Amino acid sequence: MGVPSTTASAVSTASAAGAVSAQLPAHLADAIRDDAALRRFLHGLPGVDQVGLEQRAAGLATRSVKKAAKLWAIDTAIRMVDLTTLEGADTPGKVRSLCAKARRPDPERPEAPGVAAVCVYPDLVEVAVAELAGTGVGVASVATAFPSGRSSRQVKLADTRLAVEAGATEVDMVIDRGAFLSGRYGEVFEEIVAVRAACGDAHLKVILETGELATYDNVRRASWLALLAGADFVKTSTGKVSPAATLPVTHLMLGAVRDWHAQTGEARGVKPAGGIRTTKDAVRYLVAVHEVAGPRWLDPHLFRFGASSLLNDLLMQRRTQLEGRYSGPDYVTVD
Amino acid sequence: MTSNVWEYAPAPESRDIANLRPNYRMFVDGEFVDGAGEPLKTVNPATEEVLAEVATADASDVDRAVRAARRAQETVWGRMPGSERAKYLFRVARLIQERGRELAVLETLDNGKPIKESRDVDVPTAAAHFFHHAGWADKLAYAGYGPDPRPVGVAGQVIPWNFPLLMAAWKIAPALACGNTVVLKPAETTPLTALALGEILQQAELPPGVVNILPGAGDVGARLVRHEGIDKVAFTGSTEVGKEIQRAVAGTGKRLTLELGGKAANIVFDDAPLDQAVEGVVNGIFFNQGHVCCAGSRLLVQESIADELLERLRQRVTTLRLGDPLDKNTDVGAINSRAQLERIRELAAAGDAEGAQRWTSPCPVPEKGFFFAPTVFSNVHQAMRIAREEIFGPVLSVLTFRTPDEAVAKANNTPYGLSAGIWTEKGSRILWMAQRMRAGVVWANTFNRFDPTAPFGGYRESGFGREGGRAGLEAYLASGDEGAGI
Amino acid sequence: MGRNGNSGRNDENAKQGKNVRDGERGGHTGHAGHTGHAAPAADGRLPVAKTYKLYVGGAFPRSESGRVYQVTDTKGRFLANAAQASRKDARDAVVAARKAFPKWSGATAYNRGQVLYRVAEMLEGRREQFVAEVAAAEGVSTKRAQADVDAAIDRWVWYAGWTDKVSTVLGAANPVAGPYFCFSVPEPTGVVGVLAPRASSLLGLVSVVAPVIATGNTCVVVASEERPLPAVTLGEVLATSDLPGGVVNLLTGRAAELAPWLAAHGDVNALDLCGAPEGLRADLERAAADTVKRVVRAPAAEPDWTRQPDIGRLRAFLETKTVWHPTGV
Repeated sequence: MGVPSTTASAVSTASAAGAVSAQLPAHLADAIRDDAALRRFLHGLPGVDQVGLEQRAAGLATRSVKKAAKLWAIDTAIRMVDLTTLEGADTPGKVRSLCAKARRPDPERPEAPGVAAVCVYPDLVEVAVAELAGTGVGVASVATAFPSGRSSRQVKLADTRLAVEAGATEVDMVIDRGAFLSGRYGEVFEEIVAVRAACGDAHLKVILETGELATYDNVRRASWLALLAGADFVKTSTGKVSPAATLPVTHLMLGAVRDWHAQTGEARGVKPAGGIRTTKDAVRYLVAVHEVAGPRWLDPHLFRFGASSLLNDLLMQRRTQLEGRYSGPDYVTVD
Repeated sequence: MTSNVWEYAPAPESRDIANLRPNYRMFVDGEFVDGAGEPLKTVNPATEEVLAEVATADASDVDRAVRAARRAQETVWGRMPGSERAKYLFRVARLIQERGRELAVLETLDNGKPIKESRDVDVPTAAAHFFHHAGWADKLAYAGYGPDPRPVGVAGQVIPWNFPLLMAAWKIAPALACGNTVVLKPAETTPLTALALGEILQQAELPPGVVNILPGAGDVGARLVRHEGIDKVAFTGSTEVGKEIQRAVAGTGKRLTLELGGKAANIVFDDAPLDQAVEGVVNGIFFNQGHVCCAGSRLLVQESIADELLERLRQRVTTLRLGDPLDKNTDVGAINSRAQLERIRELAAAGDAEGAQRWTSPCPVPEKGFFFAPTVFSNVHQAMRIAREEIFGPVLSVLTFRTPDEAVAKANNTPYGLSAGIWTEKGSRILWMAQRMRAGVVWANTFNRFDPTAPFGGYRESGFGREGGRAGLEAYLASGDEGAGI
Repeated sequence: MGRNGNSGRNDENAKQGKNVRDGERGGHTGHAGHTGHAAPAADGRLPVAKTYKLYVGGAFPRSESGRVYQVTDTKGRFLANAAQASRKDARDAVVAARKAFPKWSGATAYNRGQVLYRVAEMLEGRREQFVAEVAAAEGVSTKRAQADVDAAIDRWVWYAGWTDKVSTVLGAANPVAGPYFCFSVPEPTGVVGVLAPRASSLLGLVSVVAPVIATGNTCVVVASEERPLPAVTLGEVLATSDLPGGVVNLLTGRAAELAPWLAAHGDVNALDLCGAPEGLRADLERAAADTVKRVVRAPAAEPDWTRQPDIGRLRAFLETKTVWHPTGV
């Protein structure tokens, strides 16, 4: 962070690249050789036509998913939820009750699956880890001066280490949108690589904050940038900026991981976050996962929902499916 | 995970919504009446079941309908203030919207197209055509055809089976807005929604005789266009029949517009927005089973990205869901008739014989009904039949080009000229290409868009005359100087 | 063309302050309309008579068939021999018209307007020659011929002014219900076969040719069979008016012989039957159907060409092209 000169940046891009390029196919290894190569690569990606993309997303959103297919979708969506609380008012008590919900979302229906992870701020990771030990539910932590990312590299890395040392199994970092929008791709790349290194064994989700990237072309470039830098997941949003996750943006990112897989053989994940509140929404996202990336991505290892209120709607709809009558909000737990 | 990890459960739209009846009758002079022709049986192409028996017209019925239309034109409709005609057409637009779901299901049953297309495209666009043209009815003096444009008279209109209700709307709405009356012949295999439209016209209290609907086969159409009592012929259908009609009206002084076949090129440059280009190519040829006169049936792809594009295309086509047209998740429905299915098969076989490489989507194909799996031929050359003849089915022919000039030359190398697609991120190239396409509609970075305000129609053997917008009114208006010939 | 010695500008033109760009201006004003092999003038000089040829691809060839036919005035007096074009001449003319189409249709409307205006200028310069020819061909008074020639000149001017307005008047930005910019522009149909009016040898001819080429079409014109000479002379005007060769191709001969070849020709896009022989019109329309040609039918009777035209003839040989593009970032 904060390396103003292109030359210096190129040098550090190159050294950062060394860490991740070992297994990449030649054309992708080339892409991260230096700043100029990275820029050429990102700007050489095919453009995205906004109207066409949005139309495709809207078209797929008309899929009608009923009966067993819907129940399967609900259970799958529950297993994909990163149950999230990211408030200034968060407390250990709030996190503990969220963890209880994550372990056993529907106390009356113990067969209901648990969620993928809970997602909290770094200082509360310890609490969550203690609550979730042995449950199989992961602990994700936002890091790197979430949500704005406006701090020094040292602070961001320290933030990351704080989370990882407290036991986070997943780290959700934010990219430096300022650097990205001003074309300093090398800096963004380098920072992701550095955070990746600080994560150790923890999975790294890279938040692009697509609402601030403004164009789909930027989202595609940022997705590839993150994938090249070693992101396990690309994630749409912090939830603090509007618009947060949208179907078209998620389509685009699913297309990026599909293409990444086609070119490298590696399956990376996608996480839309923010604004997904209903089962209907979640099913539309799953349809996109199914038909854009492919059935393989219908898996919590490769797709997550960053959400809080979504879980209760999924649980209500789950009951509706099983009981054959509509449920109500007082029959699911509020946390 | 395997690919069938998540099968969407069947989600069929209820067939009851169509209010299907065992018998349908002709609509003449405001009434549903028996026809003297041999009744036809209309079939659900997805199941091969007979849907209904439909009365057809013979020569005397054509006479009767033309007389009714003439009387209505001269005594009521042609004299009515445009503002009043407008209100009838607005009513029709609203009634179509109100009965939209019924019309969509009926269309899907009779035609075989996926319910999502009849629901999201055919029916809403049909309503939009009435709504748009309603507004013209009292503003014709502003349309640029002289200060006092007059109706032409009685229009004989013959429409195809690929968009039965929508084509009826395209034909009837402008004719009525301009003060003409209509005798419409829907296609033999898809008469039902036109007759349902007849009910809507009754509900709208349209004066008797303003619109008359005569089901039947080609013989009814031939009688209609040759009838001495009509002033104007409008036809949408094959180029072959269009030529016959043009011959038939030669020397009669009848006005004529034709909207005929096509063999459109969808041209993808190496800088195209690839994912959207793939969508556009898929939409271009598999929308409505490829039963679209302006279908992008030839993909012209720049050689440098041909392999990548084809790979993406095949992957995408693999996700198309073929099957029950009433299922809301069906992307590709049934071929409209056995005859059409056979024609598609024959042309596809010609592609094999001529050495093109056939790839067929691995999607399951229902045992019953007329279905043809989405098919892509690569290594196609200009000289092959599948590059020249309109297949009118879900069959794409892929050719390559190296330079923009070559793309233009290949795209235009056809007697047709209905539509073209251009995919590139370079603005100046889009306009350069659009200028050079010998086609009535050019879609750049999109495909198969239709709107009542946007004139649609062909160059060359794709026909003449336009439908939609100000330009579309010309077909139904006699300008002040008509006949002076200056 | 018969020539007498009265060269230079006449008084009327001098008063109008016209620029004379063309040394051929002048002289016929006082003559009876006889334009054929003129008798020796008063000074005893024998005029040099013109050989009337075809105008194809910017050149003036004889008919490949070697045939000519006698053209007489309305009283049956010999005026000249005209080339009797054959189907092969028609074929060559279509080739020339097609060859000229890309450049002419691709020219700017401003450029086409200037060329058409230049035709008017050239015609003005030869006004008296045309008056004499028209009077001779049509058997009308000099005064009437003058009025016709003047109207023909003015008609070129009128259409010259239309070239850069047609798209504005007939085009549109279509307010489609979606995120698209959609516009429609008129474009020329292509090669037009024109059967020129039979009675009005110049004004009628100009009235059907000018609107065809104003919008960027090219054409093959079969001149009035009985009154072809002003057409050939118009060819000379066109040839000296910056009009690219092949944009207008003028054939003289038998309409009944030539028209079926044009009507059936696969590379002719449209047909103006204005001067088609009555008995042939339906057949020509039928033949045109084989390639779905646009056909402008013959009026019931030859119109009064002195009337102010509307834009019907401009519109008749235009296609509407609708272009869509998404609007997005």
